[in-house]
Amino acid sequence: MLYYILRRVLYTIPIAIGVSLIVFTLVHLAPGDPLSAVMGEVDQKMLAEMRASFGYDKPLPLQYLIWLGSALTGDMGYSLRTGAPVFGTLIDAAANTMVLGVAASFVGFLVGASAGMFAGYHHGTWVDKAVSAAAIAGVSIPHYWLAIILVIVFSVQLGWLPSMGAGAGASVLSWDAWKHMLLPAIALAAIPCAIVARTARACVMEILSMEFVEALRARGLSERRILLHVSRNALPTVLAVIGLQFAHLLGGSILVEVVFSWPGTGYLLNLAIFDRDIPVLQGTILLLALFFVLTNLVVDILQTFADPRISRA
Amino acid sequence: MNAPEAQRITLKFDALTPAPGAMEVPVGVMLPRTYWQTVGVRLARDPYTAACAFILLAIAGAAVLAPWLGLPDPAATNAAQRLLPVGSSGHLLGTDELGRDMLSRLIHGGRLSLTMGVLPVAVALAIGGTLGLVAGFIGGRTNMLVMRLTDVLYAFPSILLAVAIAGSLGAGVGNALLAITIVFIPPITRVTESVTTQVRAMDFVEAARASGAGAFRIIRTHILGNVMGPVFVYATVLVSVSILISAGLSFIGLGASPPTAEWGLMLNTLRESIFLAPLNAVLPGFMIFITSMCFNLISDGLRSAMDVRL
Repeated sequence: MLYYILRRVLYTIPIAIGVSLIVFTLVHLAPGDPLSAVMGEVDQKMLAEMRASFGYDKPLPLQYLIWLGSALTGDMGYSLRTGAPVFGTLIDAAANTMVLGVAASFVGFLVGASAGMFAGYHHGTWVDKAVSAAAIAGVSIPHYWLAIILVIVFSVQLGWLPSMGAGAGASVLSWDAWKHMLLPAIALAAIPCAIVARTARACVMEILSMEFVEALRARGLSERRILLHVSRNALPTVLAVIGLQFAHLLGGSILVEVVFSWPGTGYLLNLAIFDRDIPVLQGTILLLALFFVLTNLVVDILQTFADPRISRA
Repeated sequence: MNAPEAQRITLKFDALTPAPGAMEVPVGVMLPRTYWQTVGVRLARDPYTAACAFILLAIAGAAVLAPWLGLPDPAATNAAQRLLPVGSSGHLLGTDELGRDMLSRLIHGGRLSLTMGVLPVAVALAIGGTLGLVAGFIGGRTNMLVMRLTDVLYAFPSILLAVAIAGSLGAGVGNALLAITIVFIPPITRVTESVTTQVRAMDFVEAARASGAGAFRIIRTHILGNVMGPVFVYATVLVSVSILISAGLSFIGLGASPPTAEWGLMLNTLRESIFLAPLNAVLPGFMIFITSMCFNLISDGLRSAMDVRL
């Protein structure tokens, strides 16, 4: 098992290097110089000086190495628009996205797992069919549309919850912050909720058909105790799924963040794209992708602990 | 690919083993059916799949025939008739923020939205399918190389990768299509490779090789037919994802640009109007939802129809 974990960790290194290469090449695919897009009509001499100070006059492979080297030490350059250090901006935004991602995963896990397990246990009944239908709807619904509907119902019509921002200056634990977080978290939770429900349902159905459940029944255990055994067996799979969904949420929250003007990484990315703010663009994509790679790694490792059979495969 | 997915993929030659209950059919009635005939009969008996296919055909048909349906011009603005409510006379589904007819725009919008849903998957299927087929059939180092390369693209959440590519290339339908296509190549390659590897290990492939068939012939006559089914089912799921992502790109301004009728873009421009005309504002999203769900349900239907173990 240790060998498997070590191999899995080592394999993450080439992936991470590949990711950084892709991120770097991506932003250089766009025609034109990153600076000329921002500066517009300026003196050619001044542009050349600016280019040199940002290092854009060097050959691309060298630029990549310099960029990667400084990114590793936490220096991601300065925003072309605001002049603020990218790293600091990014950390603030990432914290906001993280809060949203944790809340959405929590809701998704709680609702999805309980609905899915219930449906799997009562397989074939109308409850099961309703859960399955809701799960299909959950993966098909455009979550940015769901976000708009939530705003219409709870902000515009009922006036219960705010429709924008994260609540200025309030601490994460204040009621105001919670109110701001609720709608975006629900909109984001739709997909993980549906996927967790599907997995939990399939998992419980599979476990219920195993012989050990028959044996437990024969020993006269109450249905409640049996359900406890079943959920204990289904838990590792369901937790792995929610772990991966959490990673997807952090990278995929951009559409919902735009709807709610939530000051997270997605919103930052959106601003950077339309400002053509290359350092912020590169930094945000790199951070989100690397986080995705790391979460995948952690989920894989945790799963080998939960189910040692995996490492032998 | 993870384990549950692998289990779902059922190969065609399972048809040789009789399904439980198949033996009970009276001999005189039993008609020999090919595998695809069986699938067809099962699909026809599945009311959900049939209903979804009907809805999709209606939306796609209306979109294709839109210019000849006698609808109002989808680009004709009318400042005096802005945000008319759903059910207004002359504007069945009301008008948008510039007084354009909603029904006409929703129907016309299907042209671009459906294209952006289907085209990237089709192109990715051609490229990823070929890569996966070659990697799975040749195996060894080629397989390693192809699969490790797809692993790198796998290291991005799909929406992030699409936004990153489209955002770097700049707004526009062409760039959005390219971005989504790139996003779908790795998953299709992975699924095709995994099924091909399974089929390649089968005895009949060994037999074909022993009787002197060339690689190209084996792929064409023995492997392709067995791989196509599961990969096609997977591709229909991706169409539903593609519709969501492409409309999402247009929604944040990276896809279609005004005044084009496109569902994601309409949803974006109508966002300002949620206070005055909430129903109008949610209609484009409803179209995205319905088409995406139909593709999902059809994929489920296809999967169970092709699963001969059932």
